[in-house]
Amino acid sequence: MSTETVLDSILPTVTKPARYTGQEWNSVHKDWSRVRVKVALAYPDVYEVGMSNLGLAILYDLLNQEQDVLAERVYAPWLDMERAMRRTGMTLLSLESRRPLCQFDILGFSLQYELNYSNVLNMLDLAGIPLLASQRAEGWPLVIGGGTCTYNAEPLADFFDLFVIGEGEEVLLELVHLFAECKDSLKSGVNWKEEFLYRTAALGGVYVPSLYRVHYNADGTVSAIEPVNAGVPKSIRKRIVPVLPPPPLKPVVPFINVVHDRGMIEIRRGCSRGCRFCQAGMIYRPLRERPMDEVLEAVDQLLANTGYEEIALLSLSSTDYTCIEPLVRELSKRYAEQRLSISLPSLRTDAFSVELAGFIQRTRKTGLTFAPEAGSERLRQVINKGVTADDLLRTAEAAYASGWLRIKLYFMLGLPTETMEDVLAIADLVKAVRNIGHRWRGNRGQVSVSVATFIPKPHTPFQWLPLEDPAQIAARQDALRRELHGRDLHLSWSSKATTWLEAILSRGDRRLGQVILCAWQLGARFDAWAEAFQPQLWQQALAEAGLDPSFYASRQRSFAEVLPWKHMDTGISSVFLWEEYQRSLHGESSIDCREGCLDCGVRTAFELVRCPLPTDNR
Amino acid sequence: MQRLRIVFAKGAEVKYISHLDLVRVWERALRRANVSLAYSQGFNPRPKLFFASALPVGFTSRAEMVDIILQCRMEPRNFAARLKRQLPPGLQLASVAEVSTTLPSLPAQVVAAEYEVCVESQDAPDEMQARLNNLLAAESIPRRRERPNGARVYDLRPLIKELKVIRRQGSMYFIGMRLQANEQGTGRPDEVMSVLGMAEAVRGIERVQLLCLPS
Repeated sequence: MSTETVLDSILPTVTKPARYTGQEWNSVHKDWSRVRVKVALAYPDVYEVGMSNLGLAILYDLLNQEQDVLAERVYAPWLDMERAMRRTGMTLLSLESRRPLCQFDILGFSLQYELNYSNVLNMLDLAGIPLLASQRAEGWPLVIGGGTCTYNAEPLADFFDLFVIGEGEEVLLELVHLFAECKDSLKSGVNWKEEFLYRTAALGGVYVPSLYRVHYNADGTVSAIEPVNAGVPKSIRKRIVPVLPPPPLKPVVPFINVVHDRGMIEIRRGCSRGCRFCQAGMIYRPLRERPMDEVLEAVDQLLANTGYEEIALLSLSSTDYTCIEPLVRELSKRYAEQRLSISLPSLRTDAFSVELAGFIQRTRKTGLTFAPEAGSERLRQVINKGVTADDLLRTAEAAYASGWLRIKLYFMLGLPTETMEDVLAIADLVKAVRNIGHRWRGNRGQVSVSVATFIPKPHTPFQWLPLEDPAQIAARQDALRRELHGRDLHLSWSSKATTWLEAILSRGDRRLGQVILCAWQLGARFDAWAEAFQPQLWQQALAEAGLDPSFYASRQRSFAEVLPWKHMDTGISSVFLWEEYQRSLHGESSIDCREGCLDCGVRTAFELVRCPLPTDNR
Repeated sequence: MQRLRIVFAKGAEVKYISHLDLVRVWERALRRANVSLAYSQGFNPRPKLFFASALPVGFTSRAEMVDIILQCRMEPRNFAARLKRQLPPGLQLASVAEVSTTLPSLPAQVVAAEYEVCVESQDAPDEMQARLNNLLAAESIPRRRERPNGARVYDLRPLIKELKVIRRQGSMYFIGMRLQANEQGTGRPDEVMSVLGMAEAVRGIERVQLLCLPS
């Protein structure tokens, strides 16, 4: 039976079959026989999640603009689709040309979340590609990864040929060109893959895990990470693009409703605020802004090419964009007739944000979201989140007063130095916000509170810290539950098991490779999805590997310890991170980069004349 | 204000797109075509599109219908030319015509739908005909329909207005049927095929025509 016939017999039996059919508006279909390098871009989660990722859309656009290259997409088949594929022996296909993944030259995974790792293995397996890099001789696709998880990719080291560290716009093209160059000259040789990998390691920003040896101490900590020979760089400095490249203007418009079903324009990359818990704030330095006229021009083309009714102005802190107010005013004026909605993720907690939000809100004023992160002033100093209770209350006042019905607040539990007093301060803040809601909106005023458990992440000032004891977290959650109830209050938590696994995988070392492999063999899939996650499989996999989960999740590291991600160089010095950690313990806040340079290391590492970089905003 | 009636085909490329998703696909194509859409009032303004009848996921169609309301008048031919370039593969314009704004809403005008079902069968032609005759001879055909709010029993027989073999091509039969489609009841071709005992052998279902009240 042909692929099409098999697919046609399977699709009517699975949920959301249009996840697997492609052909969307703006999808790129190139002549297979006329390009030299074929790349499959993979996202290890369902279509609706993967299609909402801007990074992959950027790379798809970039690669397809190259004459000699084609890029197609593939997402993780949901559980029912996997069952049907295994039952019929169907291999994993790309969406555009419906070709088996093993026919591509390069298979690139976007790695944004540790709980997608089992899906990476599952996708390789469904494609019939050997899972271990060491088992993929010449002829198999080169399996590469990029995205935030690559800042500690050690748990995936066994499965990937290489990782791209940092921003992919330039280095991915260099990599593809190098591949095209080597394809003929090297493919004749017996060991061309090894030779090719050596050459990629010299590009800068490329981490070839097989070219490094990791040594361990008797206590299980890493003693050294060494390149296999002197020709390989000791550490891998992330790549950045000094100026934001033009945003993708003809992105694929999905047929089905995806998580973020709207046009996306990145207006700003990096963040100057220096919140100590925030990995994105550290790894995306330095701060760069897209000039306003470029944003306006981009929105115009994006709308003409997609027909989107909503546009998101993306940034880690949208309200901090220098020209945010004139930009939003201009956009809402220009597209009033088309009823364009503008969304600003990540609003700062202040009245200005409420004003902005009111300005762009064309639909019902349902909810506004703010992230004070911690309940007490003291703890917010510790994490360097420069928001005061006063800021929040004034913001709430402004929001309810101007017609909003619900305020959503993000908090974290288990932050360093947190006590029950800090936790109760969350309850006090929430109650104060609720009272304001009542005063303005009566019974219709609502507060949603989302309480995540803090997970210390690599390359942040808190990277040395343990995950808070689950019993402590449970007690603090209970306290909040006792304090906060009522029809007008909605509380939500992050799941204990999910937190536990994320804490292990995000700061793990290479030995976790066998754990991921074993968990996948036991049946782990879609660990980020409550309906699919089976934590006991991971417990069993850890036990079989003889590894103690608490070694990874709940252990305080010393400054002297060799961290498994030590050879990943973000430009920020570990001394800066350690000093920030020490300052946090003393409750000392640090200034915003825009107010003065704290000498984190990025400026020197990337030889920047000024940092943050000035923007030309006419 | 101008009301335009679009007749379009939904091909195999897009047959797995659900009705709700298809509505958004049309809205976006119209936005790209840069025509002056009329919007609904209220908190959540939407372009005014009125589809005749939702097509089940997996079916293709030669003649789906949608009415759209334009703010500023436009020559139907120009409208069609502009829209054509913005439709994804699988969605094809058959016709665009102006209709009176005073007509009842499009869904209210639909009375029946014709389908063509492709089914694989080793039956001889007279055996196939006997199957159909058998079904047509029945006085009532009670069927259960599962709904989110519980199952409902209904009679399929009065919904079947016509049922016949159109042609045969090797082991494939093409069965034509006309089924009632209005507020009193809507017959589903896959249900008819189940009653015929051939649900598993269906290889494709296409809606051929939507029949409307004469205006």
